[in-house]
Amino acid sequence: MKTRNSNYRKLWIGIGILILLAPIGLIIPELFKAGGAWGEWGADEIKDIAGYVPEGLKRISELWSAPIPDYAFAGWDKGVKSYIAYIISGLVGVVIVVAVSYALGKFLKRRNNG
Amino acid sequence: MHIPDGYLGPITYGSLWAAIMPIWFYASHQIKKTLKVTQIPLLALSAAFSFVIMMFNIPIPAGTTGHATGATLIAILIGPWAAVIAVSIALVIQAFIFGDGGITAIGANCFNIAFAEVLVGYAIFRLIAGPRAEAADTQGRRFLIGAAIGSYVGINLAALLTAVELGIQTILHVGQDGRPLYSPFPLKLTIPAIMLEHIVLFGVVEAVVTVMVLIYLRKSHPDLLRRQS
Repeated sequence: MKTRNSNYRKLWIGIGILILLAPIGLIIPELFKAGGAWGEWGADEIKDIAGYVPEGLKRISELWSAPIPDYAFAGWDKGVKSYIAYIISGLVGVVIVVAVSYALGKFLKRRNNG
Repeated sequence: MHIPDGYLGPITYGSLWAAIMPIWFYASHQIKKTLKVTQIPLLALSAAFSFVIMMFNIPIPAGTTGHATGATLIAILIGPWAAVIAVSIALVIQAFIFGDGGITAIGANCFNIAFAEVLVGYAIFRLIAGPRAEAADTQGRRFLIGAAIGSYVGINLAALLTAVELGIQTILHVGQDGRPLYSPFPLKLTIPAIMLEHIVLFGVVEAVVTVMVLIYLRKSHPDLLRRQS
């Protein structure tokens, strides 16, 4: 058991390293002057591309306001601050994803064994 | 490949929500039956990996960006049905907390990436790596070739589904003024735009990430791979 736990520990450290390195995912696209993903534009960008904002698109796109949109904090959207926000977003996201995974995993197994 | 809110009309996002529900139900059922309690940390690790690897945006110079998903890799590690759930968890959190992919589009994005990509990527892996006993030979060449081709085809399938779902909006929903109500780009635009970048770059990135992690794991955690595949 001990070896298995330490095995997983190594992989968790790997996830931690990936979180710290995540700003690479911002920096390299900036260097190559690349924008966002194709077809993931906001309403403003759609207006630039298509010349207008489709009615339904505008309505549905306003349904949900994410608490940390685009892994960035308001006013922290450029340079080093955006990289720090990206790391914090990665950490927050991983913590929530892990918590949900454990909760779901435990829930499913408990019902099975109970 | 994360479709935002507003790009899909109700027919498409509704259908894909309806499609993903029984898939999640069946996948949960499979986890109950086959996943061991000691493997729950692996489920969490996999979901975390999928979440964080999608933060590594890769640019097409002066163009768009994309990223790997880890979908096929995770299916090889924890089995396809557990992978459906792990990748879905990452996608749902991305949508709710970070606005990466829409809430209405969760069904679509999970269907494309967490279901179609996972299942097809894994099926191709097994087709090449061989039946359970042979696929467990992680040192074999077919193990890595299967993982590379499976993950490459898997992400391209997800990209194709995304392109089709976006492209059919101009057919399905047109306003009274004749203009599209949702995603305004027709199939003849979405398919080449999304497929070209995945065939040339993002599919290769997915395959490289998958193979690199497997090479690392078979050295450092051979027990983990042997138990799963």
